[in-house]
Amino acid sequence: MKYAAKKLCTLIITLFIVSLLAFLAFQVIPGDPTTQMLGTEATEEARAALRAELGLDRPVHIRYFEWLSGFVRGDFGTSYSYRIPVSDMLADKLPITFILTIMSFAFTVILSIPLGILAGSARSKVMDVIITVIDQITMSIPAFFIGILACFIFGNIFALFVPGDFVSYKESWGACLGYMVLPALSIAIPRVAMTVRMLRSSILSESDKDYVRTAHSRGNHRRAIMVRHVLKNALIPVITFLAVSAAEIMTGSIIIEQVFTIPGISRLLLTSISGRDFPVVQAIVVIIAAWIVIVNFVADLLYQLVDPRIRLK
Amino acid sequence: MKKKGNLFLYIGGTISGLMTALIILGFFWTPYSPTALDSSAKFQPPSAAHIMGTDNFGRDIFSRVLDGAGDTFIIALCVVAIGCVFGVLIGSICGYIGGVPDLILTRVCDSITAFPSFLLALVIVTILGKSTANIVLALGILFIPSFARTVRGEFARCRELNYIKSARLTGAGKFRIMFVHILPNTFSVLFTAVTIGFNNAVLSEASMSFLGIGIQPPFASLGSMLSDSQAYLHRAPWYALCTGAVIILLILGFSLLSEGLQRMNKGD
Amino acid sequence: MADILRVEDLRVHFKDAAPNRFAVDGVSFSIGEGEILGLVGESGSGKTVTAMSISGLLPRGKADVSGHITLDGSEILQCPEAELLDILGEELGIVFQEPMTSMNPVMKIGPQIEECLRVHTKMSKAQRKEFAIEAMMMAELDEPEKIYNRYPHELSGGMLQRAMIAAAIISRPKLLLADEPTTALDVTIQAEILQLLQRLNREYNMAILLISHNLHVVRKLCKRVAVMQRGKLIEDRPVDEIFNDPRHEYTQKLIAAIPTRDKKLY
Repeated sequence: MKYAAKKLCTLIITLFIVSLLAFLAFQVIPGDPTTQMLGTEATEEARAALRAELGLDRPVHIRYFEWLSGFVRGDFGTSYSYRIPVSDMLADKLPITFILTIMSFAFTVILSIPLGILAGSARSKVMDVIITVIDQITMSIPAFFIGILACFIFGNIFALFVPGDFVSYKESWGACLGYMVLPALSIAIPRVAMTVRMLRSSILSESDKDYVRTAHSRGNHRRAIMVRHVLKNALIPVITFLAVSAAEIMTGSIIIEQVFTIPGISRLLLTSISGRDFPVVQAIVVIIAAWIVIVNFVADLLYQLVDPRIRLK
Repeated sequence: MKKKGNLFLYIGGTISGLMTALIILGFFWTPYSPTALDSSAKFQPPSAAHIMGTDNFGRDIFSRVLDGAGDTFIIALCVVAIGCVFGVLIGSICGYIGGVPDLILTRVCDSITAFPSFLLALVIVTILGKSTANIVLALGILFIPSFARTVRGEFARCRELNYIKSARLTGAGKFRIMFVHILPNTFSVLFTAVTIGFNNAVLSEASMSFLGIGIQPPFASLGSMLSDSQAYLHRAPWYALCTGAVIILLILGFSLLSEGLQRMNKGD
Repeated sequence: MADILRVEDLRVHFKDAAPNRFAVDGVSFSIGEGEILGLVGESGSGKTVTAMSISGLLPRGKADVSGHITLDGSEILQCPEAELLDILGEELGIVFQEPMTSMNPVMKIGPQIEECLRVHTKMSKAQRKEFAIEAMMMAELDEPEKIYNRYPHELSGGMLQRAMIAAAIISRPKLLLADEPTTALDVTIQAEILQLLQRLNREYNMAILLISHNLHVVRKLCKRVAVMQRGKLIEDRPVDEIFNDPRHEYTQKLIAAIPTRDKKLY
């Protein structure tokens, strides 16, 4: 419990630092956002009025705390381009991106652990080459190309779905999740290959340890040794890797949404980047960063559940 | 075991060697001009005249792929070069001198690597604006930590070796020890880091260009071509397939190469 | 006295070794019920390979093994793996050299000690725990209830080796194979562990095969000693005879190498 409390403190401090960095990053940008919103022809009065409206006339540290307290309450500021609250713009889109992210993550975990164990049980030299080659090829395919291939094979050749024919979870959860299976798999496949590689090498190095010999000396069957002894030890580094994956998967979803025309935050993020609509980008970046920090927190908790040695430190 | 490690090295070396040769060829000569429009030859499937077919404007896809791969390749090289040079500088100082600068720089690098490089590149591009130079800069900065970390580890290890200690006793200067005595020892590890970094650069660049925030026209990139090709998936599947295959081969070659190098370094 | 363990003409050849270089070259010996046999030799003499052959832990793909090993009448060298697994932990308990690494770091001590019961019996969890506590008391571990829920990194090397012994004797095996059980421990703890092994042998009539490079350790515990050199068994006699009248030059050297207080320095 003490460990969890300590990690929770770290979590809050990290979130605070991340928010500060995200805020400051968008303060160093040269140029006045009001020029961009009103055009260069606007009068000085109009610009001052707009600045006051957006709160840009106050000192940086006050603006930061106002922005932060707004953020905590779910008020992400006002879009420069559309003059509407960013939270309204994100409300429909963010859940979709998160559903896709969580689904891809679930696929990654569900597929990679059994495959990793299978690959880790194969110790012959021939199998080593075969597994490594398959792994390398799978890792080399960018997720968005897997997505395109999936569209081509399942959309065009077999006509199992219509790319772009997305159904929101508000209408039908089943149809929504069904549509997301292929996008989620596209994101997951390269991650699965990486995780399998990681788990395999972890299993192979654990299998040579003394405690495995001890387990054998007690009459354990090979499978029991793997399940009861090796796996828990081998999973320790994989947990860290999966936490990193969760972050990468979130950015992966942003790309895949474009391939499958899923109305998540992707399009909004891209148009905001092109239109230099900073409050929107800022909000999305902070949300993604918060997600990453929270995933790492969960990984830390899992870590100490699996590895008793951590609790001492 | 040794022979097998080299198997990956051979195959990876062959693929990346061929790709590099083709790309270099593409700088000087392509079968057609990558931008030549030909309305009489739209959406032609692969044939002897157009080995990868033609696109929606009748442009030769093979020529465009060579051209795009060339841009991708150069961007990846620049990104790796930035990451490598600054990474080596920072890593060697941290690893050899240690102390407070080491602590600070390691923390900074750790916090940068905790976030997906893609996301940070997006932020940098948002702030600096979309341009090819900014992409290179953004990705280059993001690649520094991983190189710095690798080099730092090697320097910290080498610092304690006896021959370095004896070099110090003979009165060799800090920088001479760092760059004449230690640096060459890190080359094998560094080379692996370069191949992995190159792959990540290709992938990041392709992803960003795919989203339209990477290389801007008139430059072509494999990522933006793939994005274009998606609209014609039904009429001209070879467009997407050929472009994708080139990206895969580019990445696969270098990742097999790094696998082979890693196995060779481990000594199996 | 019936033989618990009988090793006949054991030959082990590793596949990557020179064709005529046998790791174990025609070794035969036996251990009677309740007897302690010391197997000594320098590193590379083949004593550990012999022990590994007995416990079936030699990687089957990497070594050619021939000869016969019978444990309490059943052949264990050429038997199918399933049969071997039935014997391991049930009739043969093994204690390894490095208690720190021989325990699974992420598993509590208790479940590791009672693992033999889990594999070989259908006991309930509570029953197993009862046996585990008893075995821990036999191995002279203080506060067994507490240690039961500890992890390996929370115990000292000596305590871990006692836990390893408790795990090895929980099913009351007929033979305990101790492979350098004290080498990794402090000298004072070494003596305690040796006393423990001796007591287990006396009170439960458990035969012990003690493998060591240390003749001094062997002399304390064993009545009979077998000496190995370069894969061959060169002496197999009562311990007093060997110490008083070592026949082989190699044995003489081994004895001379024991540091004692009263030995004259040449």
